[in-house]
Amino acid sequence: MVLQGVFIIVSLFTLLSALMVVTHRNLFISALFLVSTFFGVAALYVLLEAEFLAVAQVLVYIGAIATLIIFAIMLSRGMMQGRTSPYNAQAMWAGIGSVVLGLLLLYVVAFQVDWPVTDAKVPADTISNLGAALVGHYVIPFEVASVLLLAALIGAVMIAREKEY
Amino acid sequence: MLDPLILGEWWKSFLEGLGLSSGWIILINAVVVTVILLGFGLTSVLFLIWLERKLAARVQDRLGPNRLGPYGLIQTVADALKLMTKEDITPDNAERITYNLAPGLSVFAVLMLLLVIPFGPGLIGVDLNIGVLFIVAMGSIGIMAALMAGWSSNNKYALLGAFRAVAQLLSYEIPMVLAMAAPVILAGTMRMNGLAEAQGGGRWFGLVMPAMFIIYILAALAENERTPFDFLEADSEIVAGYHIEYSGLKFAWFFLGFFLNTLLLASIATTLFLGGWQGPFVKQVPILGPIYYFIKTTVIIAFFMWERATFPRLRIDQMMAFAWKVLVPMGLVLVLAAAAVAKLPVGTALQSVILFVVNVVVLLVALGAIGRHLRKEAERYKVEVRPMPTMS
Amino acid sequence: MLNSYAVVGVYLLIALAFPFVVLYIVSFLRPSKPNPLKNSTYECGMETIGDTWVQFRAQYYLFALVFVIFDVEVVFLYPWAVAYNKLGLFALVEMAIFIGLLALALVYAWKKGILEWQ
Repeated sequence: MVLQGVFIIVSLFTLLSALMVVTHRNLFISALFLVSTFFGVAALYVLLEAEFLAVAQVLVYIGAIATLIIFAIMLSRGMMQGRTSPYNAQAMWAGIGSVVLGLLLLYVVAFQVDWPVTDAKVPADTISNLGAALVGHYVIPFEVASVLLLAALIGAVMIAREKEY
Repeated sequence: MLDPLILGEWWKSFLEGLGLSSGWIILINAVVVTVILLGFGLTSVLFLIWLERKLAARVQDRLGPNRLGPYGLIQTVADALKLMTKEDITPDNAERITYNLAPGLSVFAVLMLLLVIPFGPGLIGVDLNIGVLFIVAMGSIGIMAALMAGWSSNNKYALLGAFRAVAQLLSYEIPMVLAMAAPVILAGTMRMNGLAEAQGGGRWFGLVMPAMFIIYILAALAENERTPFDFLEADSEIVAGYHIEYSGLKFAWFFLGFFLNTLLLASIATTLFLGGWQGPFVKQVPILGPIYYFIKTTVIIAFFMWERATFPRLRIDQMMAFAWKVLVPMGLVLVLAAAAVAKLPVGTALQSVILFVVNVVVLLVALGAIGRHLRKEAERYKVEVRPMPTMS
Repeated sequence: MLNSYAVVGVYLLIALAFPFVVLYIVSFLRPSKPNPLKNSTYECGMETIGDTWVQFRAQYYLFALVFVIFDVEVVFLYPWAVAYNKLGLFALVEMAIFIGLLALALVYAWKKGILEWQ
């Protein structure tokens, strides 16, 4: 019961932060709310007893990706001065449309889908199992991931550095 | 004897005797642990600030604070009181909310680390399964706090200082994380208490892998923004980096965070590389655990402070080059070496010896490469210096 | 296991609130006499020149980029490190390939001059 209460609080925190990300006028503050959204997601992972995933979320998303996003925001010129409103002329119709779509999706998800529920408990030694799975069952995706990282770095370097020719 | 575990058992039975449900017991325990850890953290910081001033003073052949209290021990309290009563000047056009949030977040990020330090056998705030990664994750929150401080001050130099600080913190986080991965390989667990336990019998990871230990110490110095990586504090550089516009207690929180970070990085070095609370007779007399931990951590902190008083600082480009071109390759090689040696079909003792030899070899190779690079740089500068043309 | 995180949660809330509560309490002890000169932005004792906006060099972004790559690598490294003692030789080989590819990435970035700071 306490768990339910904590879950509701954490979810509200995450959803509110996400809402502020898209509605706030200042880009930097939006990025900071993105950081708090990531933190909320990490807390949700903890509630699901996926502790490694939670700490990986904080480490990679907040530590690396949010920093990258903030640096990218700083690279754009009008960041400091620009305080434009995120709303445009079709805001009201878009709002109505998305609320209707959202309610429709909620109805389908809550009442029409047959969610499989299991009684299995989370194993106590998740990290060790994860490590064994990475080099055992999932070795191909593991190695492909490193190739992907290599490709990402090469691509980003090619785009980001100045042409010196 | 004074076994902390027995004290813990007594406390638990006392609480259960009061007839509370287990949920409330957890809550009460959590609050008690919090109060103890926060109290310990803050009082140690007071002591550390005094230690830094005394040590730097003695190195510089002067006395340091010696008026307030015996040997000047009350000096830090007086300084804290002074900072608390200073006027809080918020610059024009500063973003109020983030400006006020930044110092608190900076301290919060460091305070969280107190939870996972094993002070003695079983004496740990929470023995998380992901202890080591938790430490690194809290570092990233500190990075966010630095960015917030720099951006919201509405000051060119604060912003510039924040970017450079973040670049430094990011660059040295990778060597630090690689250095922390090697003890995890040798111990087979990420729990901080487990890492301390795995170093029983004199098999301290810092002795088995000295090069990894050195990498960690250097990365910790940089994460703590200490000399020789403290160009942010250099008065001739960007004055005070991202906390230029902070005064009074807000600056005090940054300052406190700095010293708390020193304490915690030294504690982590002790736990991962110097055996934590391990030492002779610690199984029979558990109270010796915290004493060993305290001695080892103080040695490392004293080393950090001596380093600050002795060495000049690096330029930022030298610092970044050192991180990415020396420490990261060394770290990767040493992690693979530790893994490879661990799979050799020989006994643990022989493995430790082989690993030690590999570490020394890698260290010598790295030093040789640095030396060669520096000599090439010196050649380059020598050639470019031409004698002044004389008027004739 | 969730009990440990309950302790983490309580500690987190208290540690987060603590600096701000102290700041608030102490604000009653302080004088507060703002004047325009004190509030003006600090620029080595002079009047500020120009807007508060600095030329953000792409250098910072590139370092953050390389950091992202290595951060993700490190996240893969840790579960392998924990499970390592129970696995066979293939674990070493596979991680060697993984680290080797990323060392290649580092060498590429090095050769292309990304790691130089101007």
